[in-house]
Amino acid sequence: MLKKLFTHETKRRTSMVKGQVTPDPTRCVQCGICSYNCPVSIDVRRHAWEGQPVVHSQCLTCGECVKRCPRGVLKFELTNLFTEAGR
Amino acid sequence: MTRYVIIGSGVAGVAAAEAIRSLDSSSPLTVLSEDPFGYYSRPGLAYLLSGELDEKLLYPYQAQDYQRLGASFQRGRVARLLPDEKRLELDSGEAVYYERLLIASGSQALRLKLPGAELAGVHKLDHLGDARRLIASARRGRTAVVTGGGITALELVEGLAARHVRVHYVLRSARYWPNVLDEAESRIIEQRLQHDGVVLYHQSELKEINGKNGQVAGVTLTSGETLRCELVAYAIGIAARTELAQAAGIACQRGILVDEYLRTNLHDIYAAGDVAQVYDPAAGKYNLDSLWPFARQQGWAAGLNMAGCATAYHKAVPFNVTRLAGLTTTIIGTVGSGADEDVLGIARGDSETWRQLPDAIVAQDGFEVNRLRLMLGEKHILGAVVMGDQKFSTLLQGMVRDQVDIMPIRARLLATGAKIGDILAEFA
Repeated sequence: MLKKLFTHETKRRTSMVKGQVTPDPTRCVQCGICSYNCPVSIDVRRHAWEGQPVVHSQCLTCGECVKRCPRGVLKFELTNLFTEAGR
Repeated sequence: MTRYVIIGSGVAGVAAAEAIRSLDSSSPLTVLSEDPFGYYSRPGLAYLLSGELDEKLLYPYQAQDYQRLGASFQRGRVARLLPDEKRLELDSGEAVYYERLLIASGSQALRLKLPGAELAGVHKLDHLGDARRLIASARRGRTAVVTGGGITALELVEGLAARHVRVHYVLRSARYWPNVLDEAESRIIEQRLQHDGVVLYHQSELKEINGKNGQVAGVTLTSGETLRCELVAYAIGIAARTELAQAAGIACQRGILVDEYLRTNLHDIYAAGDVAQVYDPAAGKYNLDSLWPFARQQGWAAGLNMAGCATAYHKAVPFNVTRLAGLTTTIIGTVGSGADEDVLGIARGDSETWRQLPDAIVAQDGFEVNRLRLMLGEKHILGAVVMGDQKFSTLLQGMVRDQVDIMPIRARLLATGAKIGDILAEFA
């Protein structure tokens, strides 16, 4: 039980660290809550409009936009940035 | 050079402008907007009301986006469309000439028709102007009565409750949104509302709004019960704004009729978004949709067609994402049943196809707030409702759209106590 709990948490943290925020534009209504809540003022909404992942040097992958989006537009997707090939 | 004119600065109009510019960077492009606030996220008004969003964040376009688009945004209401002369007459008397015209005038909220509906303190939520008035009113009012059966009505309830207004929610039906949600889902939503202090009145309607000195003072329900309140908010459905097209001789039913290339019956005139009733060759009928992402897709296709690149619009599987009492909810494909009891005309967030329910079996799995409901046909998943955790919604959207054969897992899904989430995850 405890182990399971930690595995879940590890997975979540790994996704946040190694992942990038990717949008599903078909769910998005451009309300702007994501951009409003970004601590480093990235225009996440614009990425969602264009269907582009939030590849931005200042992105902290803090997950505020993912968490606050009322329509589940955003999610973390793993990238290969930190794999062997990406090193 | 082609002179393009777009009526409407909503998402369909803006998407069309972007599409035209993707093919034609130099022709003159005019966007006529009746809304003094221009292009903003109308679905975002719900979050403005709930206080999750600042008003200036409602505008998706920044100055550089307008500059890049190179369109002239002009405020004005079109009084007349003269197709023979390819001319528009604005309220101001000004004439605007076009070579290709897009009508993306959207839809508007149906008005409440009751004694007292004209009193100060009675609100709808259609435009930013409405939202501003409602927010100002909520600052003064302590108690509100909300009526209507769809998503917008619920957004009014939640937004006012978030502003610490005591809310009485009057529903015509026996439970919330019965044509889309099943009993358990409705109850989840209602319990969450009640937890936030909302008082629900089922199978109830407003008979009259009572006033004092021109201000709302309370309402009388059809049961005879009276409620004291300082404001009334309603969302009882929407209607496509077809008047202009109709007067110009464009074929209309509930919306402006267009083919799959978004063309009306008149040459060089197109329609897209909430106002357009689009022909679906697969179903052999015209669909009227009122969802934002579809409006964007239609606008984009219309723009490409206007600029000379023939592009058919194919309606995707009915699909709607919303948030109900704080729960992100995705409704995919066919999930509803029967006629809508509470929403007049076309409800926001509703789609006709949901109402055509084929024989289907409901299999479900749920706990407290994360819930998954599937509508299983003979071989395929026909629809799904995903509430709370959205892990499965993209997967299910694909399975419904691509009509994935579920024979290998169908029996297991239907077994008593089946963990349908696990089965789906494994199957994918």
